[in-house]
Amino acid sequence: MVALALQVKGITKRYPGVIANHEVDFDLRKGEIHVLLGENGAGKTTLMNIIYGLSMPDEGECYLDGELIQITDPNLAISRGIGMVHQHFMLVPTLTVVENIILGVESLRPRTAFLRQLSLLDLASATKRIESLSKQYGLEVDPAAYVRDLPVGAQQRVEIVKALYREADILILDEPTAVLTPQEADDLFQVMRALVQPRGDKHGKSIIFITHKLKEVLAVADRITVLRGGRVVGSTMPSATTENELAAMMVGREVVLTVPKGPARPQEPVLEVQDLKVLDDRHLVAVDGVSLEVRKGEILGVAGVQGNGQRELVESLTGLRKPVGGHVRILGQETTLASPRRITELGTAHIPEDRQKHGLVLSDPVKDNLVLNTYYRPPFAHRAVIAREQVADNAARLVREFDIRTPSIETATSNLSGGNQQKTIVAREFSRPIQLLIAAQPTRGLDVGSIEFIHGQLVKRRDDGCAVLLVSAELDEIMALADRIAVMYKGKIVSVMPAEEATREKLGLLMAGVS
Amino acid sequence: MQSTSRRGKAPGAVRASILGLTRTLSIPALAVLTALLIGALIMLLSGGNPLVGYVALFEGAFGKARSLSETAVAATPYVFAGLGIALGFRGGLFNIGVEGQLFIGSICAAGVGYAVHGLPWFIHMPLALLAGCLGGAICAGIPGFLKAKTGAHEVITTIMINYMAIYFTNWLVTGPMQDPGTIVPQTRRILATAEIPAIWGAYRVHWGTVLAIAAAALVFWLLWRTVLGFEIRTVGANPDAAKYAGIHVGRNIVITMMLSGALAGAAGAVEVLGLNHYFAPSFSIGYGFDSIAVAVLGKSHPWGVVASAFLFGALNNGANLMQLRTQSPVYIISIVQALILMLVSADQIVRRLYRLKDLPKGNLATPAVATSESALGTGKEAKS
Repeated sequence: MVALALQVKGITKRYPGVIANHEVDFDLRKGEIHVLLGENGAGKTTLMNIIYGLSMPDEGECYLDGELIQITDPNLAISRGIGMVHQHFMLVPTLTVVENIILGVESLRPRTAFLRQLSLLDLASATKRIESLSKQYGLEVDPAAYVRDLPVGAQQRVEIVKALYREADILILDEPTAVLTPQEADDLFQVMRALVQPRGDKHGKSIIFITHKLKEVLAVADRITVLRGGRVVGSTMPSATTENELAAMMVGREVVLTVPKGPARPQEPVLEVQDLKVLDDRHLVAVDGVSLEVRKGEILGVAGVQGNGQRELVESLTGLRKPVGGHVRILGQETTLASPRRITELGTAHIPEDRQKHGLVLSDPVKDNLVLNTYYRPPFAHRAVIAREQVADNAARLVREFDIRTPSIETATSNLSGGNQQKTIVAREFSRPIQLLIAAQPTRGLDVGSIEFIHGQLVKRRDDGCAVLLVSAELDEIMALADRIAVMYKGKIVSVMPAEEATREKLGLLMAGVS
Repeated sequence: MQSTSRRGKAPGAVRASILGLTRTLSIPALAVLTALLIGALIMLLSGGNPLVGYVALFEGAFGKARSLSETAVAATPYVFAGLGIALGFRGGLFNIGVEGQLFIGSICAAGVGYAVHGLPWFIHMPLALLAGCLGGAICAGIPGFLKAKTGAHEVITTIMINYMAIYFTNWLVTGPMQDPGTIVPQTRRILATAEIPAIWGAYRVHWGTVLAIAAAALVFWLLWRTVLGFEIRTVGANPDAAKYAGIHVGRNIVITMMLSGALAGAAGAVEVLGLNHYFAPSFSIGYGFDSIAVAVLGKSHPWGVVASAFLFGALNNGANLMQLRTQSPVYIISIVQALILMLVSADQIVRRLYRLKDLPKGNLATPAVATSESALGTGKEAKS
């Protein structure tokens, strides 16, 4: 009998109108990496929130080390050895690594417990412990560094050390590779392997790993559990399954993992960028003299680790950020300093990187979001009055065509899953005649089914004669879709190559600044 | 918010929208009830009989034709000013300057009311009202412009402009606009052609109350039926998405502030043209500030604002009879109003008290509180 670190039985959690978890059974053995797979809205987050004490189940039981327990809040979860590394890091950028790690569990100089708030922090012994943890598991962190100066991969290591510092035996990693380069992801897998190794007569740590990248699942998992529609649809071992089988389990049908796509037939240029220079929010140069060209009927993929100027590039092309130098031309028209509306009216569609910030008004109904940038002109408005029938008809049609899963067109978009939110944006942007499509991280955080759909749509637009600029941190996505690949590093395009010449290794090195 | 549609709907959707409405109304209703109960306790402690007190309150507010008329009179400025605040909330702006805009609006209306001669009433009265709206709009447009151009927070600038507006009107009525026939700081009486007439014989209730309700309908139509309303709501709910959608956010902020100020100005103007017939600085009993509570209680919805304005009007109006019968001071009503505001803003208290089920994130329809939070820069980022 294998020792179980954690077991949940019959977990059911209902929200008005939705059953987020339905009689879910899940267990985690000591010293294993257990992957939790599932589409967005499958109930992974709900289950993890229940385990971490962020919400209470309506029914069901939870056992830690064989003992029945009610995890009522995260503090209890932490004190019982559960640590969670969230997708969005919970770090204070202006504090150092050691300060971040001890935040909330500060150790104090001995004999100063009196007047606790005024006593001195014992940073020295904390630093020593962090160093020994980081050596033990190969988690390289500099305790004295400020978090704001660290690259994303290092920040993630800080989060892991933070959990270990609190003596976590169970680690929940929520989509940890979403922000990493392929090389950084490999490093993380090594760390995970080190963590689950037994130490002496003690078990290693146990890890729940949430991801949607099927390659990673097979590379790192000991066991795999798949959730769909709030239920467990199956458990398996990596040796007994394939990517296609896992994808089919997640989605509930056969899924095409490679994008079917014919050769591109590029024609005249639609988007021309010359020596573009853009500043970021801190007024530092983020885009440093970028020149590129996207032609009608081709997909240009911009690869690169996040934070190398891609966001600023896209924002300046779409009018959200004013460049400080260079030129942008769309269909031969100067748009360097044009407003977002003018750029839209020229026939540009924009799938923004941050769908909740720029792409949607979450509190507004689906039908309003489907006319977010066309609401002011016919057929949706006549003489400054909104034509409600047309707005509703448009929504009903797009919901059907793009298979947006929503209870009704009146539902607030905040209640939709990430995939359906993204489909709402895609439906809106594709519902008018377009010449240029700028898509930034169009499938981030989405499930296999939605990714398949959106990839298909991008290729279809290309074949319909649209020029497509695809910016993505997912190398697989770039390689599957792009006809030409540009690599962006520190604000510059360091290389442009035809897709046939690109390999993962070559792109990975260019993305890391090695040339 | 708008839940009715002419086209056919699944029965589930109808049920959901009814359920949604009940949910939206349950918090304000329970907040009012709780506030009245606590008010009763305070009355009891101060030696009055709460039962007698509340019966008197009700009688004072609704008991006779005259009390009904007075309740309507008291509610009218709350409706206008509350609409102004609510419109601001919808556009993501917290216009605390309503009090000042009210003062400017009423002195503008009074000025046009007594100084312009020889016009028939159907031109003079609307002109005076329009002058009031314009005054309020300009007074609110300045902080709007400052926010759009420099990012200066409207909460700070409108508070500052409140002082300027109130003292400016004080100076006007002790100086250039003072009624020469008196030493009291007030303007001359407006001409009969500028007056908003009474509706109903000898009672004070005037057509301004009807105008206020019409204004609510207009605001509803503006917000949910027009292109401008779509833009205001989009900027209020998510300025980044508004920019993405091609909306000129800065211009929109100025327009929203000016509309909000125009409604506040109308509140002051109607008090002058319909009720007092002259301007004196003492006319406002803090309408501008109370109407923040009115808008929050009304969930920033025009009809919600009308309902809560009449509630506040009734409370204020009935308080006198309550004091007469029970010797409980009228200020108990101010305490009740403050409690209502507190309970509606901190709706978790009400939820706990009445064991209302928590809704999942993002499902909660509390636009007023949510937008005022984000206007103050403390809004939590929406997560799905």
